[in-house]
Amino acid sequence: EKMAEVDELSKPMFAGLSDVSISRDIPVEGEINVPVGTPSHDDEYSTLDEPVKDTILRDLKAVGKKFVHVMYPKKSSTLLRDWDLWGPLLLCVTLALMLQGGSVDSKEDGGPQFAEVFVIIWFGSVIITLNSKLLGGTISFFQSLCVLGYCIMPLTVAMVVCRLVLLGGSGMVSFIVRLIVVTASFSWSTFASTAFLADSQPSNRKALVVYPVFLFYFVIGWMILTFSPSA
Amino acid sequence: MAANSDFLLTFQEFDSSESHLGGNGDATTISIEDTGAGSHKPQKQRRSAPVTSFEEDNDPLANDDKTELLSGQKRSSPFWTFEYYQTFFDVETHQVRERILGSLLPWPGRNFVHLYIRNNPDLYGPFWICATLVFVIAICGNISDFLVDLGKPQNKYVPEFRKVTIAATAIYSYAWLVPLALWGLLVWRNSKVMNIVSYSFLEIVCVYGYSLAVYIPAVVLWLLPYEAVRWFSIVVALCLSGSILVLTFWPAVRDDQPRVAIAIMTAIMALHILLAFGCKAYFFSTLEDEHTAVDAVVGHGTKSSPTMKMHRTNTMS
Repeated sequence: EKMAEVDELSKPMFAGLSDVSISRDIPVEGEINVPVGTPSHDDEYSTLDEPVKDTILRDLKAVGKKFVHVMYPKKSSTLLRDWDLWGPLLLCVTLALMLQGGSVDSKEDGGPQFAEVFVIIWFGSVIITLNSKLLGGTISFFQSLCVLGYCIMPLTVAMVVCRLVLLGGSGMVSFIVRLIVVTASFSWSTFASTAFLADSQPSNRKALVVYPVFLFYFVIGWMILTFSPSA
Repeated sequence: MAANSDFLLTFQEFDSSESHLGGNGDATTISIEDTGAGSHKPQKQRRSAPVTSFEEDNDPLANDDKTELLSGQKRSSPFWTFEYYQTFFDVETHQVRERILGSLLPWPGRNFVHLYIRNNPDLYGPFWICATLVFVIAICGNISDFLVDLGKPQNKYVPEFRKVTIAATAIYSYAWLVPLALWGLLVWRNSKVMNIVSYSFLEIVCVYGYSLAVYIPAVVLWLLPYEAVRWFSIVVALCLSGSILVLTFWPAVRDDQPRVAIAIMTAIMALHILLAFGCKAYFFSTLEDEHTAVDAVVGHGTKSSPTMKMHRTNTMS
């Protein structure tokens, strides 16, 4: 009798259990296998029929949410679980374009070309990911690329600030300001990506994984700091 | 009872064959048990004790079998799997730190390979030390050019990105192709003259990679515009890293004919000196060049500055 009662109670309550999530920042979207046909199943099939604006807005919201996570880095698994590479692509293209405006008129363009920046960022991310996987990390390849790409955001912000500062002049004062901005943002990038990646590494190798990330952002910061506009 | 003693007998056989293998390598392996690297060895031997036949596929040269059998218990995966390459990264933070410190302070009695690397060569150290050195050379070369240009009228900083690719090519080919050539040479000599000490390819790569670590602070010191400081730092760096190489490879060639041994050691040192001075010459202008360059530009700059000013106003409007 008691068992029958429990069975009867559990069926409608089953749907309510889907609201109990283990941690705050894991979104639960239609992943509960419930024998009762919940409406969340229908959503996966009907995304083809929704207007394009909805699809784009949903992806943009996901990207925007990850930007917020980078701004306030705390140990969160959202960035890792729902990885996407739109954000890194956007940041990489923006950074590479902004590094192009300088020294356009001179014949000897000593600054990095667009392709060079692109290659450094993507190739560097791939090398760092391979390094952390070879050292025994549990993170997947694209998750790591996603984290490293999103954490370039402070450096992109620093690039914008540097270009604004350079509009005012390129003397010693502007150099000091740019140095401080770039140093702060590259430390922020390293700290943010370490916060996301450190959990997936065995504890006796954390420094071995963090150092290449530090080198990567240091080189990007160096490219930003040494950007000189056309004379 | 009989079954028990049989079981004990077979188990002990297994153990004694392991220690037999361990002792059969070369005499110096006995001394490594007290280091950190040595403590990992017994666990690895037991974990992957069935030594498979894949090692012969990977390293068909006879002389490396002894060292490979000692360390080869780890390489039981075929070389096309990811796990095979993971065995080359089986180091911990403190081990890498010890190896770097050991490469900075050579000592006549201590062989770098035997003390720090034996049976656990890693690719992490060589790869990332070379990467750091590439970027440090490119950045410091840029900074030194900038400091040179500081007094000139057209103080335009041009970050020369080509230098990174050139530095990368030079350093990586030195750190990987020279060990390959040296390893081939040592194997060829070993086939003629039986040497007690032999190194695997990865161990040679490790020695070369870690010996480059001393150049990183040396290159940073090259920023200072005093020629005496630059010469001092390059000579000290050459002595330290060169002595690591000499101390490592001398035991491997001393059993050979004296002329061949001297020739090999001279070639190693010559390539090392060439790398150091080549980098210095290419990436850092010497102070004499700076003086002549300043004179040339000052004469030239007064002519071109009006045109540059017009250019500036054009771009700003």
